[in-house]
Amino acid sequence: MSPPERLAVTSDQDVVRVRQLVRTVAVAVKLSLVDQTKLVTAASELARNTLVYGGGGSVEVTRVEDGRRDGIRIVFADEGPGIVDLDLALTDGYTTGGGLGLGLSGARRLVDEFDIDTRVGQGTTITVTKWCR
Amino acid sequence: MERVPVLKIGDILLVSIQIDMEDQVALQLQEDLADRIVSTGCHGVIIDISALDIVDSFVGRTLATIASVSRVLDAETVVVGMRPAVAITLVELGLSLPGIKTALNVELGMALLERDRGADFEPLVESEEP
Repeated sequence: MSPPERLAVTSDQDVVRVRQLVRTVAVAVKLSLVDQTKLVTAASELARNTLVYGGGGSVEVTRVEDGRRDGIRIVFADEGPGIVDLDLALTDGYTTGGGLGLGLSGARRLVDEFDIDTRVGQGTTITVTKWCR
Repeated sequence: MERVPVLKIGDILLVSIQIDMEDQVALQLQEDLADRIVSTGCHGVIIDISALDIVDSFVGRTLATIASVSRVLDAETVVVGMRPAVAITLVELGLSLPGIKTALNVELGMALLERDRGADFEPLVESEEP
């Protein structure tokens, strides 16, 4: 199993780097083109959230396998304010940042597994996984 | 910061996005296009996204804003060349880009703009005939 690759997310440019890294790993894992596109799009949304709402943080990309199939796991971590009302934040169209309110809810639809751990005042960690079909 | 060039071809402004845009680059394009529409008086804008392998909600919103701003400035926008995987992902993300005209490629986009512009003028032309 290859070691995780880690990127700091502190600028717009870093969000572009996250997209490129996720794309590279998605190709290596042999995700289908549509699944690559979905995963890179989800990663773009979540990395932007880490930057805009979390005040910056890090992204870690790991190749994973569950014995039957290969996949990619991405962890987005920040030490920002956390999410006060998680249900509301996961609702389509809800935003506190002037966006479309599709980042979090949309990203969840684009991946196979989505896990969010958020603590008010301490930060947010979101883990997503996409498996090869 | 990189910049996306805006080309003028006749009455149309053509933008072909060839880079993975940082958010700031997308916002700059929005401003550049508004300026060019006013300075050239062009009535059509074609944005070619065939080189983009993803369109996330930020870029999607920017495209929608460009289309709205263009309309207010008397220009129509057509987004062309969207890849199939991008279209599937956009819809699943929850963005169906309402209010944005699309065409499969630049050629069809130009035909769409000409047809719509022509339709606007037709009644005037007809009324002048005896």
